[in-house]
Amino acid sequence: MSDFTKYTISIYTENNIGLLNRVSAIFLKRHINFISLSTSQSEIPDVFRFIIVVKMTEAGVKKIVQQIEKQIDVIRAYYHTDEETIFQESALYKVKSSSLFEERQIQNTIKNSNANIVTVSPDFFVIEKTGFRHETEELRESLEPFGLMQFVRSGRISITKEKMGISEILNTFKQQHKD
Amino acid sequence: MKNQETNHISGAEAVIRCLLAEKVDLIYGYPGGAIMPIYDELYKYSDVLQHILTRHEQGATHAAQGYARTSGKVGVAMATSGPGATNLVTGIADAQIDSTPMVCITGQVGSHLLGSDAFQETDIIGISTPVTKWNYQITKASEIPEILAKAFYIAKSGRPGPVLIDITKDAQFDLFDFSYKKCKAVRSYTPIPALEQDQVSAAAAVINKAEKPMIIWGQGVILGEAEEEFKNFVEATGIPAAWTILGLSALSTKHPLNVGMVGMHGNYGPNILTNECDVLIAVGMRFDDRVTGNLDTYAKQATIVHLEIDPAEVNKNVEAHYPVLGNCKESLPLLTSLVNHKEYKNWKQLFKNHMQTEYESVIQGDILPTKEGLTMGEVIVGINKHTKGDAVFVTDVGQHQMIACRYAEFVRSKSNVTSGGLGTMGFALPAAIGAKMGAPDREVVAVIGDGGYQMTIQELGTIFQNKTAVKIVVLNNDYLGMVRQWQQLFFDKRYASTEMINPDFVTIAKGYNIKAERVNKREDLDAAISTMIASDEPYFLEVCVEKEANVFPMIPTGASVSDIRLK
Repeated sequence: MSDFTKYTISIYTENNIGLLNRVSAIFLKRHINFISLSTSQSEIPDVFRFIIVVKMTEAGVKKIVQQIEKQIDVIRAYYHTDEETIFQESALYKVKSSSLFEERQIQNTIKNSNANIVTVSPDFFVIEKTGFRHETEELRESLEPFGLMQFVRSGRISITKEKMGISEILNTFKQQHKD
Repeated sequence: MKNQETNHISGAEAVIRCLLAEKVDLIYGYPGGAIMPIYDELYKYSDVLQHILTRHEQGATHAAQGYARTSGKVGVAMATSGPGATNLVTGIADAQIDSTPMVCITGQVGSHLLGSDAFQETDIIGISTPVTKWNYQITKASEIPEILAKAFYIAKSGRPGPVLIDITKDAQFDLFDFSYKKCKAVRSYTPIPALEQDQVSAAAAVINKAEKPMIIWGQGVILGEAEEEFKNFVEATGIPAAWTILGLSALSTKHPLNVGMVGMHGNYGPNILTNECDVLIAVGMRFDDRVTGNLDTYAKQATIVHLEIDPAEVNKNVEAHYPVLGNCKESLPLLTSLVNHKEYKNWKQLFKNHMQTEYESVIQGDILPTKEGLTMGEVIVGINKHTKGDAVFVTDVGQHQMIACRYAEFVRSKSNVTSGGLGTMGFALPAAIGAKMGAPDREVVAVIGDGGYQMTIQELGTIFQNKTAVKIVVLNNDYLGMVRQWQQLFFDKRYASTEMINPDFVTIAKGYNIKAERVNKREDLDAAISTMIASDEPYFLEVCVEKEANVFPMIPTGASVSDIRLK
């Protein structure tokens, strides 16, 4: 399995109900699991962006991207290696408020991790940390002894170094079909 | 009453007007609760839009497929929600893998009931997603014109496929101001990739240098309506051409450069020579595993040129050294203008030699048998004779299908209707209904095994009710023959659940008032086929064939195409 690489697949789509199902069905059919998935609005109004992280061969990811792009509501799909993208993940950590006062060490942990405190209440406080996987993971490990009430990490969000050119594609279409 | 004076109409009536705007005059379907408003409008428009009531929704999809395959138009199937919709799924999956243009319209429970596990509610959008080219759920009447226009455009354009539109019952009832505009483009969808002259030139150069080239064509030639362009290309180059099962009939079976079928039960020569050719020109085909056998040993010596409309098919199974993206109707003439004609005399002689070998060890015994039992091959040859080699053959799945495709003669395109990619037993009987309605002037002969026939036998009712003059030939060996053949060859003759105790098929046909005959003896076969073909009504012929006959040649699963067995 040594030729398996982590790839980030970026998909620009119309915002239609059921598209997530259609995209994930392409992976399901080939027995491939996502490492992570996130969806959001893109830089273009009415255009959505999926970011899917998978571990597979380049030949495999090429075929997957072709199958994704073939879907009617998909404008374009790309795949990139980690080096070709800027990427981050976000994590939230819910900790008992009492530990903040009783355990001095926790304050240093938070300070050193460059995490933000999002909210503090009498019962709990919530820390947010954005970064690479190993960074959010380190913070989770160091907070665990203080009793993590909840932990959640987002899927990868990623921006490519190269230009995507989606607006150009859509503008060309607009000019070709003016009526 | 039709509201032709007003455009303020119900969603249900809008559906009918959309169908008419798309020049649909025939649809197949089955009514039920959630689609009743549309059926009510169908009733009012029955003078301009014919509805064929099949006996099962699966039959409606296969009939729509058969119609699409012989007419070249989009087939339309309609069903209610829940079980009506789920019964469409097999036909949709079949149309998806065989690139058949089809629009399915399903009723759905009212939008306020979605997700409440209402009576006959099912998530048909979720269920059909992996097997549709596109699908969409309409919950507002005002969406109907635009979505149906898009559905027809997507189903037919580029590489065709099935589209499912699910319409909630309230959207069928609601009134709105109807106007229709045909869909000409969808911004996220490129139906045909732009043709690149560089790719054509590069392909032409490699073809011109070839000494042992071979063409394999597929259904892309038929779907692109490029039969003439393809024939010109073949003749301009002088290159021998073989076909996939779905490409059959695009070029006459009598054409001197037609060297037969590739694949698991294809001809000996083209399979062996796939692994000897220096240039392999694939036209509108997708290197299905039944065509390639073991990919690790498939045409490794050859330079591959691949003319293909669907970019996702290029390099999917076989690496294309020279891809030519685009519609072959446009790329073939460009290529033809750049290629030289050569005789390839010694190379073509190899095809002839292999054909001679195959004739002596397989074909002769199949079509001119000397043993007592009737063969499937002699029945097909008899049909060729009485239809002057110009019938539409509709086949099911199994031994009879392979034999029919091997021995049927074709002089016209769109004449071979079969379930290729999905291998759907039960396809042929309903597909034959659609095939006949799509080509009413042609002789349509359904050739079916005794197993597949019983999977959709209820469609005899549709044939009877509509007096559809299809000729039904059941080649009965009292076995699920292809599975039995595999059990014999690979499972030490352990015939697990493949023997069938069959009913009296002639009596069943007669129960539907369909003229019927059974043949057991060779001396009765010719007259029986003659009577059947001469009939201008539906006709059923059961031919009791040799029980344990096998189809050869054969490439066992996982073997190389050049390891094709003659026995």
